[in-house]
Amino acid sequence: MSAAAGAVEGARTRPAGAVAAFARRNAWTLGLLAFLVVLLLFTKLIQPRYGPVQVQGLAISVLPLALAAVAQAVVVIGGGIDLSIGSMMAFTSVVSATAMQGQSAEFGVVVVLGVLLLGVALGAVNGSLVVLTRVPDIVVTLAMSFVWAGCALLVRAAPGGGAAEWLKDLVLGSIGSEWIPQAAVVLLVIVGAIWLPVRRSRVGLSIYAIGSNRLAAFRSGVPVGRTRLSAYVVTGLFSAFAGLSLTASTGIGTPVPGPYTLMAVAAVVLGGVSLAGGRGGVLGPIVGVVVLQLIRTDMTFLDVNTNLAVVAQGIILIGVVMVGSLVQMRRARA
Amino acid sequence: MTSTATDLLLEATGVSKAYGAVVALRSASLAVRPGEVHALMGANGAGKSTLVKILTGAVRPDGGRITLRGRERTAHSPAEARRSGLVSVYQEPALIPDLDIRSNLRLTETPVEPFRHWLAELGLAGLDLAAPARRLPLATLRIVDLARALAIEPDVLMLDEMTAALPANLTERVLEVVGRQRGGKRSVIFISHRMIEIGAVCDRATVLREGETVGVVDVTAGSEDRIVELMLGQAVEDLAAQSGVARRAIAPGATPRLAARGLSHGTKLHDGTFDLHPGEVLGVVALEGQGQDELFDILAGSERPSGGELLVDGSPVAFRHPADAIRAGLVYVAADRAEALLMQRSVRENIALPYTTRLRHWGLIDLGAERRQVDGAVTTLQIDARAGSEVRRLSGGNQQKVTIARWVAGGVRTMLCFDPTRGIDIRTKAQIYVLLRDLAEAGAAVLLYTSELKEVQLVCDRAIVIFGGRVVAEIDAANADEPSLLRAAYNLRSDAPMPEVAAAESVAAETMVTNGTADPAATPRPEADR
Repeated sequence: MSAAAGAVEGARTRPAGAVAAFARRNAWTLGLLAFLVVLLLFTKLIQPRYGPVQVQGLAISVLPLALAAVAQAVVVIGGGIDLSIGSMMAFTSVVSATAMQGQSAEFGVVVVLGVLLLGVALGAVNGSLVVLTRVPDIVVTLAMSFVWAGCALLVRAAPGGGAAEWLKDLVLGSIGSEWIPQAAVVLLVIVGAIWLPVRRSRVGLSIYAIGSNRLAAFRSGVPVGRTRLSAYVVTGLFSAFAGLSLTASTGIGTPVPGPYTLMAVAAVVLGGVSLAGGRGGVLGPIVGVVVLQLIRTDMTFLDVNTNLAVVAQGIILIGVVMVGSLVQMRRARA
Repeated sequence: MTSTATDLLLEATGVSKAYGAVVALRSASLAVRPGEVHALMGANGAGKSTLVKILTGAVRPDGGRITLRGRERTAHSPAEARRSGLVSVYQEPALIPDLDIRSNLRLTETPVEPFRHWLAELGLAGLDLAAPARRLPLATLRIVDLARALAIEPDVLMLDEMTAALPANLTERVLEVVGRQRGGKRSVIFISHRMIEIGAVCDRATVLREGETVGVVDVTAGSEDRIVELMLGQAVEDLAAQSGVARRAIAPGATPRLAARGLSHGTKLHDGTFDLHPGEVLGVVALEGQGQDELFDILAGSERPSGGELLVDGSPVAFRHPADAIRAGLVYVAADRAEALLMQRSVRENIALPYTTRLRHWGLIDLGAERRQVDGAVTTLQIDARAGSEVRRLSGGNQQKVTIARWVAGGVRTMLCFDPTRGIDIRTKAQIYVLLRDLAEAGAAVLLYTSELKEVQLVCDRAIVIFGGRVVAEIDAANADEPSLLRAAYNLRSDAPMPEVAAAESVAAETMVTNGTADPAATPRPEADR
């Protein structure tokens, strides 16, 4: 909504003021982007051969986690959390890989649509349980992470299956310039097509409202339960996209959830979304995912022990969030 | 009182503080003598709360000097300020809700016996210390907070809006105890929007305006005007001019906008019965905890009544959710802004939130139409939205205007205001009064609960009085002077002699003559009945 608010105020102030206001409101994301640019330059410095191919590889490897981070961001903005994203990804991934194996390209389209609907259904189940049982969301979604992971294993006990060629091709290569990976474009199109309309609608405002102050939202006539449910449904949908992207990039379905759930939480935090809800957007978490991935890549280039690299990644996460918060605090006081 | 600069207890000179481009304090000074009750006055945004935060160590000043007993002091935290003898009681009670009172005392290392003593002095002798803080009504918690502060025998006690939202009987006790500090070793810094209380207990008043100390006034009879003048600067607004509004006559037999018939809720509300007509402002007067909270919650759709009937424009309604009430045209303005606002979101979103709810359920928000509505409301209410990207950065008065603006933006039919002017400055109050009158002139119906009895005559056409969960009286604005309202609020016959301790005026008279305690039998204590 901040971009829209920027438009409102921009109409009244000088253009330069509008730009400054926009920068102020999106300071975290812009700061993170700057950090990413520095990181990319650093990567080029230590690995001069880093080029378009590597950028494409980065985009493909980042795609599932980026979608998972967007999924997590939506529910966190609404003041909740979803610990079943990784399991939903595994479930939707094996369902798609199993259904598409040896089938035609046209059938693949049907499968993709069906799997997206499945994601909506999974999110709806999560959300309904959270709203109706009044059990804390962290407990419900933790429990459901076991359920969805179990379902994934029921569909397929071992990795396997297949994917339609067009689906695999979708995330490969580049568009226009060789520096623009197709996977990145796919990511932005998916997020743009779903999140932007949601955010501009009453549902989006309501999600921010319940995350910001649930009582005030209730008093203002926001249907709190229904809004929470919608947030989980959107999260389920993005999880299904994330699952499909796993199938697309590996060509098979894997029934065991990857480390996506908690990595998504990390990316959300890194992306400037308040875990208390009500603040942030989805762009920050996407940039956060790229940053996390690039740090890992650099560690490999620098020949750092892989185990040490994981430790370093955790420390960097704390460091970045700490610096970001300090800057924000100073600004809030200022 | 003759005192030189050296025997000042607390002195602050040239204190300044800027938050980025916004200057909160330019050059504030404050000199508190031992044994005086010193009022700190200023309209909202004058820098009062910043100065308080600096004195209590919560905020570090950019410049200036603070000395305590002549020695320079730099407190970096409220705990440090406390150790140096400066204790404050805030508007929001600083008690941990899940701990019982005794544990709360232990947490702050407060001795229990002195605490009990002060509690008794403040009129809550029978309080159960094993009760969890969250079970106690707000008024009781504030008294507990005050007793706790007094029990650690501070040199300087800072009371920030201590009496806001306290029922009259507790207010009177608090003022009495504060008044008794005069002439002792302890000093009290007293912050209140109620001029009558300043007159009753304070020796001197320091007035802030736009971040500067603009005057120190000896509080005597008639100094009120001088203080108001200093506070408002050039913009002295004559509140009294508004009290003579033309009241609209309600045609007999007209269908009321809102008719409550025997509404009840739990153990608090038993018989909420009244009519609210279009074009009128109906006041609701009650002591703390007489069922008015429940009544408003029912009307706003947050709670369902356990009995009774509610009619809107003559047809019965049953609200299951605030959205139902809003659809029926009943909108709610809370005293507590934290209950109403999305503090981290923008002014625009806060105003648009309920307005948007009324639009299509799906599909995009029409940003153009929304902007026109929001801009219109911002202009109507004269909201200073310069810090509009986050509502929490607005002043209290501006925040309250936002909560009203969101309903004005959508067109108001029935507005339920629960103490909307609590803790905001005179200027904003006056604007809100005018706005409520304007809404009524335009045909809206306004129900206004107020803990400030003076507001009834300023704004309302008539008032109902709730006592013990029942509507016990209805008073025309013409007869709704403070003594009559207070008598009614205590459910005393209007011709009965007024208990001398009930009104702040009497305290004013009393503390000047003697500190004699009133006959306890004459003081009904609704607080203790519960």
